[in-house]
Amino acid sequence: MNLIVEIASWALMLAGCFFTVVGALGLVRMPDVFTRMHAASVTDTLGVTCFVLGMMLQAGFSLVTVKLFFIFALFFFTGPVVTHALAQACLHERIAPLLAEDRRKRARDGRAGKEAKS
Amino acid sequence: MRYASLAFFLFVFWIALSGHYTPTLVTVGAVCAVLCVLAAIRMRTADEEGHPSQLFGGAVTYLPWLLGEIAKSAWAVTRVVLDPALPISPTMTVVRASQKTRVGVNVYANSITLTPGTITVGVEGNDLVVHALVREGALDLEDGGMDRRVSRFEGQA
Amino acid sequence: MFAAAAAAILVAFALAITRAILGPTVFDRVLAGNSCGTLAIMLLAVMGFLTERPEFLDIGLTYGLLNLIGTLAVLKFFRHGDLAYDVDEEEAGP
Repeated sequence: MNLIVEIASWALMLAGCFFTVVGALGLVRMPDVFTRMHAASVTDTLGVTCFVLGMMLQAGFSLVTVKLFFIFALFFFTGPVVTHALAQACLHERIAPLLAEDRRKRARDGRAGKEAKS
Repeated sequence: MRYASLAFFLFVFWIALSGHYTPTLVTVGAVCAVLCVLAAIRMRTADEEGHPSQLFGGAVTYLPWLLGEIAKSAWAVTRVVLDPALPISPTMTVVRASQKTRVGVNVYANSITLTPGTITVGVEGNDLVVHALVREGALDLEDGGMDRRVSRFEGQA
Repeated sequence: MFAAAAAAILVAFALAITRAILGPTVFDRVLAGNSCGTLAIMLLAVMGFLTERPEFLDIGLTYGLLNLIGTLAVLKFFRHGDLAYDVDEEEAGP
């Protein structure tokens, strides 16, 4: 039983390491601000989740587990706020995102067409 | 009722952070929780948006589902980052939020931002402006699977 | 195991700082700074386990809150050039 918990915690910690480094690598590789935010959110969500779960398994059931859960909840609720504020500030400064396709107009028109038909 | 629930959660938070259970500290914690609720009422943040206790029942099934979605899309973004050719096709699109309340739209917008690969960059009424890392991500959102799931979560209130 | 995790986090730190130095716009640097904050919290938690002093988790929680407030304050400053910004002021004009 102990061995299974140990192995699961190891695997989760290694996955956390992997996703954290991948997120940071994406931060360096991506071409513009908006795409970098996508890479950074891999670290903020899956990296943190794997680390916290792995450490929870190590800690067993105690106050430490509860505190780790609070850290996880903190990221879960504040992550989107920061990302959204950053994206808004970029658009406000008129930094045009690098786009392969802009579907804003088409998505609106398509929906208007669908609504007219129904 | 909502205030009582807020006070209860703040009190549990205090107990979990302190880790001491002497009568003095527990009393101080209870007083602090009540004072915080009073301050929240005065700041008008203790309404159905600041403390959405009506959604806690649905959250039990919604949050695990959201975690699964996050894991799936994070893996997709990981593959894009590790690909030597960096196959990105950034796309902007507009998604309709069919939720009825502001809390529902907020949950949907935050869920979109939380899943790696899609970011909500603006809200205009019930229309969410979304930036996606790859074209498929934008098309998936336009299909509205997540929108329906959030609406069901909101409807369970 | 925790030493390996700490090493991975430090590698990620180095990459994030690279982006902060390279970053063409100020927003790249803010993003890199926020990532550094996230990594610092994870590093604090891992160090707490490594040295078997769970008090580090409390520092991590506080640091997370400060990281959020700091990032939002910097963004607000660069957006409005002023931390005491008021919506009515902008509408009324100078």
